[in-house]
Amino acid sequence: MAKVCRHTPSQPSSGWKNESELPLTATLNTPQSRPDLRALFLGFSSVGLSGFGGVLPFARRMLVEERQWMTAEDFNAQLGLCQFLPGPNVINLAVVVGKRYHGLAGALVAPLGLLAGPFVIVLLLALLYDHYGSLPLVQSMLRGIAAVGCGLLFAMAWRMGGALKHKMLFLPFTALTVAAIAGLRWPMPSVMLGGLLLSGALAYWKLGRK
Amino acid sequence: MNLIVELFLEFALLSCVAFGGATALLPEMHRVVVENHHWLDDTTFTHLYAIAQAAPGPNVLVVTLIGWEIAGLAGALAATLAMCLPMSILIYLLIDRWEGFAGARWQKAISLGVAPLAVGLIFSGATLIAQAARFDWLAWGLVAATVIANLRLKFHPLWFIAVGAVLGLLGVV
Repeated sequence: MAKVCRHTPSQPSSGWKNESELPLTATLNTPQSRPDLRALFLGFSSVGLSGFGGVLPFARRMLVEERQWMTAEDFNAQLGLCQFLPGPNVINLAVVVGKRYHGLAGALVAPLGLLAGPFVIVLLLALLYDHYGSLPLVQSMLRGIAAVGCGLLFAMAWRMGGALKHKMLFLPFTALTVAAIAGLRWPMPSVMLGGLLLSGALAYWKLGRK
Repeated sequence: MNLIVELFLEFALLSCVAFGGATALLPEMHRVVVENHHWLDDTTFTHLYAIAQAAPGPNVLVVTLIGWEIAGLAGALAATLAMCLPMSILIYLLIDRWEGFAGARWQKAISLGVAPLAVGLIFSGATLIAQAARFDWLAWGLVAATVIANLRLKFHPLWFIAVGAVLGLLGVV
């Protein structure tokens, strides 16, 4: 917070009024405006609070279209590593965008903004659940939501499976993963390590043939 | 071992194999939290998943709920941090070098190779929720209807959640 306060007086001319008086061409020539820490926090807060079941599309809209902190090409390039690494993609993205504008402070503030609001909401829901979760009505409501959520997961898997490249080669690995994880209940770290070695080796070979 | 530390370490390990995000981790979270440690039972696990579905925010917050039910606020913070921290640190260190290895053959091979595994993880997550919730044939009907409707129609997922909540309240499933 202290850092935000020190930044604000140093740029008094960037108030709303002045910005709206800028000629339109100025924004067209420089599509990337540089957010301060406060804007980073608030921007990512709005992303975190607007998405249900995945907020990545909202992150893209905020960054590229609404606030124009990055160009579309920039966004795609940076998203590459976020999707390449495991872990929550959108948190990874917040770290990347935060670091880009404010180094370590930005890399802390952006994911914090993304998580703070939803974190509080989820804990309020958890409090409600702790008090009323034993009521039969609440239990049957959650059961209905779980059934729909389960259906959404199957649909998501179906869509992701449909988007796979070289299906004949790689769909067997999907089947093996399901057998190992859902069927045999093997621990996921070893399944992923083994699966990635085999599937990655096949992919490496396939890429070399072209 | 201290419960909070144990929780943190378990979820930090999980985050390193979370290809496909937190959703892909559902089966493994269930294995660790319900089957290995008996921190939660099947019903609570399903309920927490349902609550996370109905709440706004990144998918990773199901972890927050699980942490909360196991060890209160400290548990919620520990689980969420553990889930985000390892890869955040790695990406902070790697992003400036990303352009150097983006598009390299080994990088493309990993991306291509990991995709079918991620599909399998999501599919396993769905079967696991169904098992843990012990769906009857009516609930399976709702699952099937959701799959078809979600693939064919362009309704916002929140509408599906609302329908599920109402059908549940009416005692249909």
